[in-house]
Amino acid sequence: MSAMANSFPQAPATWRLPDRGKVAMASLIIAESAIFTIFVVAYLFYVGKSLTGPTPRELLETPIFYTICLLSSSLTIHFAAKSLTRDRVGAFLGLWVLTIVLGATFMYGTAQEWHRLIYEHGFTISTNLFGTTYYSLVGLHAFHVTAGLLMLLIVAIFGLLGRVGVQHSHRVEVLSMYWHFVDAVWVIVFTVVYVLGR
Amino acid sequence: MSSNAFTIPGVQIDEKSWVDTLHEWVTTVDHKRLGVLYILYALLFLVVAGVEALIIRIQLMFPHSHFVSPQVFNRLFTMHGTTMVFFMGMPILFGFANYLVPLMIGARDMAFPRLNAFSFWLSALGGFLLYFSLVGANGLYGAGNAPDVGWWAYAPLTARAFSPGHSTDYWTLALLVSGFGSIGTAINIIATILCMRCPGMKLSRMPLLAWLNLVMAGMVLLAVSPLTAAQMMLLIDRYLGGHFFDTQAGGSAMLWMHFFWIFGHPEVYVLIIPCFAFMSEIIPVFSRKPIFGYPVMVAATVCIGFVSMSVWAHHMFSVGMNSYANSFFTITTMAVGVPTGIKIFNWLGTMWGGRIQFKVPMLFCIAFLFQFLIAGLTGVMLGSAAFASQLTLSYFVVAHFHYTLVGGVVFGVFAAIYYWYPKITGRMLNETLGKVHFWLFLIGFHLTFDLMHIPGLLGMPRRIYTYEPDRGWDILNLLISVGGFIQAIAVVIFVANLIVSYFKGKKAGNDPWDAWTLEWATSSPPPAYNFASIPLVASRRPLWDLKHPEDPDSRYE
Repeated sequence: MSAMANSFPQAPATWRLPDRGKVAMASLIIAESAIFTIFVVAYLFYVGKSLTGPTPRELLETPIFYTICLLSSSLTIHFAAKSLTRDRVGAFLGLWVLTIVLGATFMYGTAQEWHRLIYEHGFTISTNLFGTTYYSLVGLHAFHVTAGLLMLLIVAIFGLLGRVGVQHSHRVEVLSMYWHFVDAVWVIVFTVVYVLGR
Repeated sequence: MSSNAFTIPGVQIDEKSWVDTLHEWVTTVDHKRLGVLYILYALLFLVVAGVEALIIRIQLMFPHSHFVSPQVFNRLFTMHGTTMVFFMGMPILFGFANYLVPLMIGARDMAFPRLNAFSFWLSALGGFLLYFSLVGANGLYGAGNAPDVGWWAYAPLTARAFSPGHSTDYWTLALLVSGFGSIGTAINIIATILCMRCPGMKLSRMPLLAWLNLVMAGMVLLAVSPLTAAQMMLLIDRYLGGHFFDTQAGGSAMLWMHFFWIFGHPEVYVLIIPCFAFMSEIIPVFSRKPIFGYPVMVAATVCIGFVSMSVWAHHMFSVGMNSYANSFFTITTMAVGVPTGIKIFNWLGTMWGGRIQFKVPMLFCIAFLFQFLIAGLTGVMLGSAAFASQLTLSYFVVAHFHYTLVGGVVFGVFAAIYYWYPKITGRMLNETLGKVHFWLFLIGFHLTFDLMHIPGLLGMPRRIYTYEPDRGWDILNLLISVGGFIQAIAVVIFVANLIVSYFKGKKAGNDPWDAWTLEWATSSPPPAYNFASIPLVASRRPLWDLKHPEDPDSRYE
């Protein structure tokens, strides 16, 4: 094998390939986007097609505050990851925990909305087409937020135990890519459900 | 198998107990072992689904046959299709990708070895779930039933009302679980190819197998996800009272068709593109010429990847879409044949002027070229909405897709097995038995699937468990079934060859075929670490450069 090096022209001066974590997360995001696209298509296809039951206009209240929470959490996680690359672990930890709090607030908002819909209006996934597509789409998104929060929490725990340093910054960046994805999906879900769908 | 790279004379090596060996295999994260596990798993299901096909053919041999009941017949063709696509086709191609891609790009393993193992075991679980339905699922007709809704499981047949019990759920869960495994492997392949190439291996110097598996993995991400989404929707309908496909609540059964075929069509390209990769590696070696038109091959494959995402509704020409939709999908279906045709010309161009060696892998490749061409032509015929509306749901369609899947994928896989078996096991497969396998399988394949076009043209519908004797289909069905048995005998010979050669085959050495890609630079079987030192490449054929230092390819690229 070492003979190989001799019979060739010079080795490339630099040989830098993309970071595997980022490529893998980008691939996962592509796959997840395809799944969400199908649910969004189903939602849009069935807008206005329910045969019975409550309409979006009657039931939905635009969750502006909780949306702002989730979108700000993208900002905080961005700065958290930035801080870690600059070895400012204190700032990283603070911003990271703030991200989790904002994300959890968003989840609380969704839970509150669903509680109102189910218990005050008797509106469930089996009520009509709007119910099926609404709960599936928003539910799938909420599931992804929950998974993200769990991962963020694990990192936060390690961070609070003092085990996270600048050498982990690329992994934290990979996680923040996922969180940005979850946010972007919410922008689309919000537009489709609360703006277009009504 | 690959744990002892060097035998040091005079050193006592303790025999491992079989429990330890089993444990090693079950907990492995080595891409080579996982590749072998995938391939063995798929070969097992090839035999199982093949037996299902034989039972179907026995039933159809004579009109008004009572070999199996109509209910069992429905389960048979459902299981045959589902098994062949998801638990034979996908695993065997992922297995080859897993085994070969790291070796060919000069890496020591895949990017994420544990994800690799996880994905394999998820896929394995999926296969187990599907077959567990035989004992675990109450179906429409009683206890212990496999799904009987067709491998495409159209709504509303799959609704709770029409498929009570759990057989459909086993189908759904099996595909959901193995779908996650497929997505995991696809992510792994993409990350490996983009991030782990050895120094000097620019993307333009990668073997075509790596390029084509990259395109395949990208397509898996975009194609399997819609199926996952559709399965979730089906489960919501069946268990949470959802109405996605519930026409009585305003839902649409056609939505399932769209979602399924948005998966289903790119899926068949996912199945064939790795076989194109095998052709692109094997044909040059046995023509003693580099592949003709490497950049065009890459471009054509990427084109196929994109265009194939836009053709799905050609599976739905008879459901009543409007004429604009029918025309659009006809045009895109015609378009997708063009890049494939380009690739066939390039393979022929590779052979032209070469010094062809008719070894067994090459025989399967040549058969592939003829057969895939014919399959493509019947595909173009079916791609025209007007023609398809006459022949949809007939045996013409069955003949077409078996021509691509058996004549294309299975022949491609056989070629790959004969070509890379020496690398994987260190022993050559028996050439004589290989030739017997090839000719028997070829004759059986053509007897079955050439003839099958005719009953289709004469009007024989699909999915029927028997037929009237006065339609002119009798003798054809009989011969088609005979062909099936000939193929079965060929496969038995093949399996015997695989087993006997493992113990008694001629030792292969590093490079039995005098090939040019990096996997032949290491021992057969490769050591666990693949390469003693990471290679450094300067051209598309690193081993040619090594063997011919006076005339390296690097001078011309």
